[in-house]
Amino acid sequence: MTREGSTLLSRVAESVYWAGRYLERAEATARLVHVHTELFLDLPKAAGANWAPLLAVTGSGEAFHDRHAKASEEEVVAFLATSSDHHGSIVSSIACAHANLRVTQAILPSEAWGVLHRLHLWAGRTRNRAVDRRTRLAWTDQLIRQCQLFSGLLEGTMSHDDTYAFLVIGRDLERADMTTRVLDVQAGMLIGRHDGAGPYADLMWMGVLRSLCALQMFRRIAGPMVSGPATLNFLLRDLQFPRSVERCLVEISRALLELVRHDDPMAGCAEVQQLLEGADLASLGVDVPSAVALHDYADSLQQGLGKLHELLVTTYFQMEPSPAIPAPTPTVLLRV
Amino acid sequence: MWDGYDSPGCWDELLVDRKARYACDGVVRYLGLLGDDLAGRQAAAELAIRSMGITFTVYSQSANIDQAWPFDVIPRVISTQEWAQISLGLIQRLTALNLFIDDLYGDAKVVADGVLPEEVLSSSVNYLPQCKGIRPPQGVWAHICGSDLVRDADGTMYVLEDNLRVPSGVSYMLENRQVTKRVFADLFRDLDIHPVDDYPNKLAGLLADLSPHPGEVPVIAVLTPGVFNSAYFEHAFLAQQMGAHLVEGKDLVVEADDCVYMRTIAGLVRVDVIYRRVDDIFLDPEEFRADSLVGVRGLMRAWRSGNVAIANAPGAGVADDKVVYSYVPALIRYYLHEEPKIPNVPTWLCHRDVDRSHVLAHLDEMVVKPANGSGGHGVFVGSMATKGAKEEMCRRVEANPRNYIAQPIVSLSTCPTLSNGRIVPRHLDLRPFILSGDQPYVTAGGLTRVALKEGSLVVNSSQGGGSKDTWVIDPTVVPAHGHGHQVQGQHSQAQHGEARS
Repeated sequence: MTREGSTLLSRVAESVYWAGRYLERAEATARLVHVHTELFLDLPKAAGANWAPLLAVTGSGEAFHDRHAKASEEEVVAFLATSSDHHGSIVSSIACAHANLRVTQAILPSEAWGVLHRLHLWAGRTRNRAVDRRTRLAWTDQLIRQCQLFSGLLEGTMSHDDTYAFLVIGRDLERADMTTRVLDVQAGMLIGRHDGAGPYADLMWMGVLRSLCALQMFRRIAGPMVSGPATLNFLLRDLQFPRSVERCLVEISRALLELVRHDDPMAGCAEVQQLLEGADLASLGVDVPSAVALHDYADSLQQGLGKLHELLVTTYFQMEPSPAIPAPTPTVLLRV
Repeated sequence: MWDGYDSPGCWDELLVDRKARYACDGVVRYLGLLGDDLAGRQAAAELAIRSMGITFTVYSQSANIDQAWPFDVIPRVISTQEWAQISLGLIQRLTALNLFIDDLYGDAKVVADGVLPEEVLSSSVNYLPQCKGIRPPQGVWAHICGSDLVRDADGTMYVLEDNLRVPSGVSYMLENRQVTKRVFADLFRDLDIHPVDDYPNKLAGLLADLSPHPGEVPVIAVLTPGVFNSAYFEHAFLAQQMGAHLVEGKDLVVEADDCVYMRTIAGLVRVDVIYRRVDDIFLDPEEFRADSLVGVRGLMRAWRSGNVAIANAPGAGVADDKVVYSYVPALIRYYLHEEPKIPNVPTWLCHRDVDRSHVLAHLDEMVVKPANGSGGHGVFVGSMATKGAKEEMCRRVEANPRNYIAQPIVSLSTCPTLSNGRIVPRHLDLRPFILSGDQPYVTAGGLTRVALKEGSLVVNSSQGGGSKDTWVIDPTVVPAHGHGHQVQGQHSQAQHGEARS
């Protein structure tokens, strides 16, 4: 059978892209909550650790403080995991992914849709378990497993066609974005400490790796010692680790190669890759001034990713309304 | 198990005097063996429905718009012998309706010959003057039809209405079968139950044949009003099963060459066939309702130019009118010179003075329906109405008689149904689906809808109705491995329950 060019609807491509982003966001946030909770179970109260960095990573500090006076554990976790009026919460992200893929149900393997549908119902039904410390880890575990089941089903049962490409692009763009956010927050914490990296530097960088599920893979190639530059190198430039920014960009360009009209987004992708290659990572994040530089650098990466998103929109999603037709009104595309 | 099961004054589809009806003994015996485990099977079915994501959408409940599909696990059974007769009747009916619609938008001989009164045509809201003079390929306007069948107390099967605009429910017929195959896997080995899953293939074949560009791989699109439509699940389901594109109005554009294109990531791609699930008047804001947000500007232009096929054709809904319905037996005689194989329910037309006085004088025994309603909305059942409701109905009929028809209350047949762990009789109807391709096709059975409330005659899912799987069984086939049921030798004509003309 021959394929006569792509017939993927722009609207469907956009829905699938957003679903990829939302599912990745849900899973990544669940990992963050999981790692942070484990960390807190280990730490004595006197250590004075707090939950504010989680808000910063997910970029939801402002939204949170609009509603809450102080960042207590339960309030932060409820906000990040289950709040229905916070778009970026895990439960909301699952709901958004569900709403987007519901529109495109017809092109997903029905088994995979069934998994997402059940996950959506389950997440809504069990939201109280996410907040309670005794049940929280089991809840995040289950959620991550269901997300993985969904990705796995698609990977193994859906044709790796144009539709699938947009799912991958959405997922990897979100993933790269999350990695840069985590680094940005680390930079913020370094700036806040007068002793710069200080004696706890290794522990802090270990925390960074853990929250991206990267510590084990990092040690396999870099050995037991954790340092700032080595961590940055791994999370930004490693070619094999699926959550490094470079690897995400490689995945995105591979997916783009399969698509028509990919010149502009490919160029956008290459721009971010150049930022990765050009940076002097050894001089970032070792003391306060270089932490400021790390913050600026993470910021420039995020801007590059934002630009890539815009290029995807203008190339593939924006339906040029012809004069006779009123501009389409978005229905279920919920964005942050 | 059947002690105390009684359906007074009604034909029960499964039992007669608490014994299995013809073709039902295998199922009835099996249910007896299951005993209390039947409730477990019902729970398993409900679980399967939730996990398969089978839903329908209710407009009013905005917080949770997807409702799990209400389903009763006990199947409804029809013998292949009876079904063969019914199928012939349904094909006969759709053939006549297509000749009628084609005539209506052509020379309207049916009016000139005095078979259909001029005033019925001129007052029909579904008649589209924009279609006058158009002739779709082979003169077929209604490619897909869903007709509602009901069975009266004496076993006669009647056609209650025809749905030619956007008949829905076929996906639930298919999903119901998936569910029963899971929970009654053993029965599918022992009984000769006719499969239903070939419907999407037949539909896809029919649509492909309509393409105005033969020789090219046709691009087929299912046009849906969108995710908030109550039948969206079905639109998505059918598109998926057929490998067609599921499009909304905003995905399509008609260019200066009068062809329909869809907006894709690669640019515009021509669409050859549209299976539309959007009502006529919303199809094209250029010619019908200008405020339609779900239509495609210029679609009628493209269709008229022969650049795109639309199923069902715009204008086909003229035969959905329940006033037109009352003329179908006459239309069958007029166009086919045959007697109708399945009778109509007697119908009084309120715009006729004689009929109206009769209806208003006997309101207690009548079902009054809007001539162009759907989904069971606005249906008035006289025997259940309060005094106030009756007076209100009278006022409405007097104010707009053309919009109402009345029928005697058909004591719909029943089928054993689980209700809080007990087996009780509940009323049901049946919607088979008919395709009018080169080889007309009728689904094996169809969608059985059941009124889950005691005594209720309203089966629509939007109003508390549920559904059952429908099994067309050949009772003369004995399974090879010998565990099957015995075939009963004697059965009367009434037990056959065959449709009579």
